[in-house]
Amino acid sequence: MKEYFVLMFGMIFVQNFVLNQFLGICPFIGVSKKRDSAFGMGMAVIFVMGLSCFSTMLIYKLVLIPFGLQEYLDIISFILIIAALVQFVEIVMKKISPELYRALGIYLPLISTNCAVLGSTQMRLLDYAELPLPEAILKNTALGIFGGVGFTLALYLMACIRERMERAPIPPALRGIPIAFLAAAGMALSFFGFTGIV
Amino acid sequence: MRAFSQFINGFFRENPVFVLVLGMCPTLATTSSLEKAIGMGLATTFVLVCSNFIISFIKQWVPDEVRIPIFIVVIATFVTLVKLIMAAYFPDLKAALGIFLPLIVVNCIILGRAEAFASKNGVVESITDGLGMGVGFTLALGLLGSVREILGSGSLLGIPFFNGVSTYTQTIFILAPGGFLTLGLFMAFFNYLALRKHARPGGEDKK
Repeated sequence: MKEYFVLMFGMIFVQNFVLNQFLGICPFIGVSKKRDSAFGMGMAVIFVMGLSCFSTMLIYKLVLIPFGLQEYLDIISFILIIAALVQFVEIVMKKISPELYRALGIYLPLISTNCAVLGSTQMRLLDYAELPLPEAILKNTALGIFGGVGFTLALYLMACIRERMERAPIPPALRGIPIAFLAAAGMALSFFGFTGIV
Repeated sequence: MRAFSQFINGFFRENPVFVLVLGMCPTLATTSSLEKAIGMGLATTFVLVCSNFIISFIKQWVPDEVRIPIFIVVIATFVTLVKLIMAAYFPDLKAALGIFLPLIVVNCIILGRAEAFASKNGVVESITDGLGMGVGFTLALGLLGSVREILGSGSLLGIPFFNGVSTYTQTIFILAPGGFLTLGLFMAFFNYLALRKHARPGGEDKK
C-alpha cells in the first residue's frame, strides 16, 4: 500500500508530467484557455492513460516478450494500441453515455497524439516488466492514472492563471503563448519545492 | 530557385518551433545541453525526411479513411530504426535522450508535415520540405540548447565556456523551469520582431 501512495505523490507532484517531465505540452498550452475545457480534457486524459498503461503492459508481457519482439515492435504496437483504444472508447461512450460523450468526446481524438500517453506507457516499462504479471499491470495502471491526475492538476491551474491574465496589461510581444510559457516557468519553479520528498 | 526558397522556408519564416509552435515536448526536454539538442534535432530530421519520402511515394495507394494510422506506422518504423541505430553507435546519447527517443513518433511536426505537405506533393518537394523543416527544428533546438547550457552549466558541448573568468552558474536553466523560461522569452523575441516588421510604415509586409 505504501508503495502506491509513494507512486501517487511522486506522479502528481514530484514528477509531474507537464511541469517536470515536459510531456503533453501541446494540450497544456492549447486547451488551457478555459477552466471547463481544461477539466474535460484532464478527465479524458486520466481515463485513456489508465486504460493504455493497462493494455500496453498486458500486450508487452503476454505477446511481445514471449515472442522476443520487444526490441523491435514496442513503439509500433503501443502507438497502434493507443490509437485503437481511443477510437474504441469514443464509439462505446457515444453508445452508452451520450452525456459523457458530449463532455469528453471532442477531446478524445486529440489524445491519440498526446505524447504524455505514449510517454506514460514507456516510462517505467522496463522496470515493471520484470515484476510478475498482476503486480506489473496494477502498478503500470496506477502510474497512468496518477500521471493523468498530475496532468489535470497542472492543466487546471494553468487555465485559472490564463483566465486571470485575459484582462492583465501584457506587453504585445508577450501576449498569447509566450506569457503562458513564462507562467509555466513560475509553476514549475513552485513545483520544485516538492523535490526530494519522495 | 523555388526549391531553394521552399528549403529555407522552415529556417525562419515558418520555423516549426518559434513560429508554428509544434513539437514543444522534445524542444523543452532535450535542450538542457547542446549535444542532446543536436542529437534530437538530427534524429527528428532523419525521421521527417524518410517519412515524407515514403508517404509522398505511396500517397496514391492510401485510402483517405485510414491515412492517419498508415502514416503513424510509417513514422513508427523509422523511429524504431533510429532507436536501434542509436543503441548500436551512440549508446550514451540514447541514454541521455531516454524516453524522448520513442516519443519522436508523436512529435506533431512529423505527422503535421505528412498530413499537410507530403500527402499532397511530389517526392522531391516532400524531401526538400522535410529537410528544411528538420534543419529549422535542429537550429531552434541548438539555439535553445546553447543558451541553456552556457547559463546553466557554464559550458558548451561539455567544454568550459567562461574559461578562467568565472565558475558561477545558474543551475535553474538546465532544470525544468529554465526550459519554460528560455522558450517563452525566445518566442516573445520572435513575436517582437514580427510585430515591429508589421508596424513599420512601408516595411515589407508579406504574409
